Amino acid sequence: MSPAEPRAGLSDAALVAAIRSGKESAMAELYDRYSAVVYSVSLRVLGDTGAAEDVLQEVFLQLWRNPDLFDSSRGNLAPWLAVIARNRSIDGLRKRRPESDVEDVLLSVEPDMAGDADRAMAMTKVRTVLGGMPAAQRSALEMAYFEGLSHSEIAAKTGEPLGTVKTRIRTGLLALRKAFQT
Amino acid sequence: MSVHEQFAEDLALLALGSLEGDERQVLERHLQECAACRRELEALRGDMALLSLSTAGPKPPGRSRERLMAAIAREPRRASARRWWWMLAPSLAAAGLALMVVLLGRQNSGLREQIAGMQSDAAAQQVELRRAREIVSTLTTSDAMRVTLVAAKTAPQPQGKAIYVRDRSSLIFIASNLPAAPPQKAYELWLIPSSGAPIPAGVFKPDVHGSAAVVNPPLPVGVEAKAFALTIEPEAGSTTPTMPIVMLGAGE
Repeated sequence: MSPAEPRAGLSDAALVAAIRSGKESAMAELYDRYSAVVYSVSLRVLGDTGAAEDVLQEVFLQLWRNPDLFDSSRGNLAPWLAVIARNRSIDGLRKRRPESDVEDVLLSVEPDMAGDADRAMAMTKVRTVLGGMPAAQRSALEMAYFEGLSHSEIAAKTGEPLGTVKTRIRTGLLALRKAFQT
Repeated sequence: MSVHEQFAEDLALLALGSLEGDERQVLERHLQECAACRRELEALRGDMALLSLSTAGPKPPGRSRERLMAAIAREPRRASARRWWWMLAPSLAAAGLALMVVLLGRQNSGLREQIAGMQSDAAAQQVELRRAREIVSTLTTSDAMRVTLVAAKTAPQPQGKAIYVRDRSSLIFIASNLPAAPPQKAYELWLIPSSGAPIPAGVFKPDVHGSAAVVNPPLPVGVEAKAFALTIEPEAGSTTPTMPIVMLGAGE
C-alpha cells in the first residue's frame, strides 16, 4: 500500500459512538478505513476470496449490531477487528461453530492505526520484524496465528519439542511488541 | 510487567486460542484472580493483532461495501440509540426495584418505630384514663361514702364543692347534705363570670342522702369564673337564675 495522506477524520471512538446512534455514514467510514485489514487477514487464513468476503461482512455487521462490544478505552479498532476476523476465519477453516465469543476479545495495542499513514507505517514495521526473525520462529508464529494450529500440532508438524515451540511463539509476539515500544 | 513466569508461555498460547485441556483451565482460573496476567493476555492479543498487518495488501471487491451497506439498511434499527437504551432497561428496572426495596424498607422501619411510639403513648394514656375514671367515679358514684368533717357539735350543713379548670372548660361539682328539691323543681348550678350574666352549669336532683354531682356540663370555652351559685329552678332548668341563691361560693 502506498503511503497515503493522513486522514483528518473522526476518531474510532467517535465513529463507534455514531454507529451506536444508528448513523450509517459512520459505518461506511469505518469500513473504508479497515475493510482491507479485515479482508486480507481473512483471505490469508481461508485462502478463498468468497469466504473472506463472508467473514468481512460478518465482522462489520457484528460491529453494527453490537458497537458496545468494542471497548474504545483499550486502543483502536483496527487490531480488534483484525483479531475478530482472524478468530472467525479460523473457526471457518476448522469447520467449527464460532467458539470464540466476540465479547472475549479484549486487547490492548500501542500504535494508533486510525490514519492510513499510521497503518502503512505499522505494516512496514511488522514485516520488518518478521523478516528479521529466525525462519523457524516466524513459521511457528504464522502457523499458530494464520493456520490456527495448536503448539502440539506445530510440534508434530515440525518435529520440534513442545517447549521450544511454546517459547518461539511467545518470544515472537514479544519481539513484535518491542518494535512498537519507543 | 510482573506476570507470573510459570504462565508466561501459556498466556501466549491462550491469546492465540491454542491452549487446551487442563492447562487452559488452570490458567483461566488463575486469570480470574490475577490482574497482571489479564493485562498481559490483552497485550499479547494486541501483539498478535499486529501479525494481521503483515497480510495487508489485498482489498475487498467494491461489491463487498455495497453488500454490507445494503445489509445494514435492511437491519431493523436495533443498533440505534433507542436499542442501546432498551438494553439498559432491565438493569434500570432492577436498580429501580432495588432502590424501592431500600426506601420501602426504611419507610417500613420508620412506620414500625412510629407504631411502637404510638403504642407506648396509647398505653400511657390508658393508664391516665383509668386513673381519671377512678377519680371521677369515686367522686360521683352513688355508692360512695361521703363524709364531711365539720366542727364538732355542729349539725351537718349543706355543702358544695366546685372544681373548675377554665382552659378546659372542665367543671366538677359535688354536693352533700342538700335538702331534697321541692316537687317539680331541681337544683341548678350557675357559673358567675367576672363580667356578664350567670351561665347555666347543670341541673340536678340530690339522692336520698342529699348527695349530688355534676360532671363537665356544657360550658362556653375559657370563661373566667368569679363564683359558683346554686338556685332552685323548674326541673327542665332555667336560662337565668331564679332568686334566692341557695348556695354561693367564690374562687379562692
